[in-house]
Amino acid sequence: MRRWLSYPYLVWMIMFITVPLLLIVFYAFTKQTDGGIVFSLDHFRQILDPLYLKVFLRSFKIAFISMLICLLIGYPVALFLSSKDFSQKSTYLMLIVIPMWMNFLLRTYAWLTLLENNGIFNKLLEFLGFGKVQFLYSEGAVILGTVYNFLPFMILPIYSVMVKIDESVISAAQDLGANSFQVLLKVMIPLSLPGVISGITMVFMPAVSTFVISRLLGGGQFALIGNIIEQQFLLTGNWGFGSALSFVLMVLVIISMFFMNANERNGKESML
Amino acid sequence: MMKKIGVFLMLFILVAIILLPGCDDENTLYVYNWGDYMDKSVIKQFEEEYGVKVKYQTYTTNEDMYVKINSGSAKYDIIFPSEYMLHRMAQEGLLQSINLNNIPNFALIDDIFKNAEYDPGNVYSVPYLWGTVGILYNKSMVNETVDSWDILWDKKYEKKILMVDSQRDSIGVALKRLGYSMNSTLEKEIDEAKESLIEQKPLVLAYVVDEARDKMINNEAALAVVWSGEAILAMAENDDLAYAYPKEGSNIWYDCVAIPATSTKKDLAEKFINFLCRTDIAYLNAEYTGYSSPQMEVVEQLDEELRNNPTAYPSNEIISNCEVFKYIGDFVEYYNKAWIEITAN
Repeated sequence: MRRWLSYPYLVWMIMFITVPLLLIVFYAFTKQTDGGIVFSLDHFRQILDPLYLKVFLRSFKIAFISMLICLLIGYPVALFLSSKDFSQKSTYLMLIVIPMWMNFLLRTYAWLTLLENNGIFNKLLEFLGFGKVQFLYSEGAVILGTVYNFLPFMILPIYSVMVKIDESVISAAQDLGANSFQVLLKVMIPLSLPGVISGITMVFMPAVSTFVISRLLGGGQFALIGNIIEQQFLLTGNWGFGSALSFVLMVLVIISMFFMNANERNGKESML
Repeated sequence: MMKKIGVFLMLFILVAIILLPGCDDENTLYVYNWGDYMDKSVIKQFEEEYGVKVKYQTYTTNEDMYVKINSGSAKYDIIFPSEYMLHRMAQEGLLQSINLNNIPNFALIDDIFKNAEYDPGNVYSVPYLWGTVGILYNKSMVNETVDSWDILWDKKYEKKILMVDSQRDSIGVALKRLGYSMNSTLEKEIDEAKESLIEQKPLVLAYVVDEARDKMINNEAALAVVWSGEAILAMAENDDLAYAYPKEGSNIWYDCVAIPATSTKKDLAEKFINFLCRTDIAYLNAEYTGYSSPQMEVVEQLDEELRNNPTAYPSNEIISNCEVFKYIGDFVEYYNKAWIEITAN
C-alpha cells in the first residue's frame, strides 16, 4: 500500500475538519476584551439559562421521535428488501434512493406547498368531507419533514447489513424448529443490530442539528438548537456563544453515541 | 522522512492554490442586495452599457448583511442598508465615503430625502427606495376595520397571523402597540415588548420575511405585518387584500446604496450608483419592487393607480405619525437577547 495515496484526504481533513473544530473550541472558550483575547467560560455560563435548556430538550425530543419513526418504518422495509424471495428488489431500492437525487431544500419546500391550508392534503380532506387541518407550522410538520428527509439513511445501512446475513443461519434456525417470529427476534434482529446502530446515528445526528426544516415547516416558531446557532453566526454575530452551543451539542451527541455503542457491545455479548 | 514531508507540503500548497479564491477581477462588480429588490433587466443593462460583469447576491435582513460585511468573509462593492444599519456601519468604519461629484444623477433625488439625520451630507449613502411597515389583511377573513396593532393580539385570528422574522421590525411593532418608541433603549420597555410577543406567539402562524407575500396571496393567513412594497405586489394579485396603517404609528424606512470599506472598485461602484439614480432605471426598480421612489420625476411617470395609492405614497399625516429606526448602539445586544428569547420560547 502506498501511504501517500491517503495524503490528499489527510490534507482535506486537516483543513476542513481539524482546523474548524479547533476554531470552534477556540471561539467557545475565549472572550474579546480590551486587553486582547482571554480564556473565559462566559459563553458556557450563558448556556445554563433555562431558555437554552428548553431548546436543547426540544431538539433532542424532535430528533429522537423522528429517529424512532424512521426506525419503525425503515426496519420492516429493509427486512422485506433483503429477503431472497423478494423479486423487485432493485426497483424498490431505486425508489428509496431517487428522492435523494433531488436537492434537500427543494424537497422541503415541496412539503411547504403540500401542507398549506389550501394545499393538496387539505383539499383532499375537504373533498372527503373532513374539516381542514392546520398541518403546516407545527411540531408535527417538523417531525414529518425530518422523517421524510432522513428515512433513506435509516433503510440503507440496515439493508446493507441484512443482505449479508448468511442464509444458512436462518435455515438452521428454521430446521431447529423456530417459527418466523422467533427467527426475526433471535436471529435477524441481533445480527442486523450494527446496521440499526449506524442507521440511528445517521438519522439522529443530522436531525438534532437541522435548522432548515424547522425554519421552513415550523415557521420559525419551533426554534431548534441549530436555529439558535445559526442566529448567533448570521444575525447577532456572536461567534463565541454560537461556538459554545455547537461545542455542547457535539459533546451531547458524542455522549448519546457512546451509550448506543455500549448497548451494541452488550447485544453482542448476549448473543454469545 | 524528509521525502514524506516534501510530498505532504507539495500537496498542501496545491490544494491551497486550488481553493484560494481566484484573483479579483477588475471588471466585476459585486452587488449585495435584499431579495427581490431590483429589476433584473437593470443589471443586464448596466453590464451592456459599461462592458462589465455584475455578480448579484441577496440577503434577507439588515442584520444578515451586517454580519457578513463585518466578518470580512466576502467582498462586495455595493450594499443596500436601511438607515439605522447605515448609521451603524458608517460609525464602525465599514463604509467608504461616496464622491457625489461622480454621481451627477444625485441631483434628481428630492431634497427631502437628502442630508438626512442618519447620514448628514450624504457622505456614505444615496437613497434607493423607501417605504413603511403596516398590516396587510384579507377582507374576506377580517370583517372589522383594521386600525390598530391590537388586532394582531386578537384571539379571533389564532393561527392566522404572520409576523416578520426580523428583530427590529417585530419588536418595533410590539413597542408601538404599547405606546413606546420603536427606538426605545429602556430595558423595561423592551422586556414588556418581549413579554407581549411571547404572549402573542400561540396566535402566530409563522415568522417569515419573503414568504409573507405568497402566503397572503394564497389566502393562507388573515393578517400579516409587511413592508409596503410587498403589500402593493400582493394586492395586485389578490383583490381581497388591503393595507392599513395602525393609529399607534408605524415605521417609515429608507434603504440606501452604499459602498463597503473593503471594496477596491469605488469608481465602478459610483458608476453603478449613478446608474441606479437615472430616471429610467429608478423607474424600472420602483415599478418592479412596488416600493416608493425618492425621485419626483419617477413618481410622476408611474401608473396613476400606483402613484395615488396611499400604501406606496401615504399622506403627510400618516408619514408624520411614522418613526424612523435609529441606530441604538450597544443596546442592540439587548434587542438580540430579547429576540432570541422570543424565537426560542
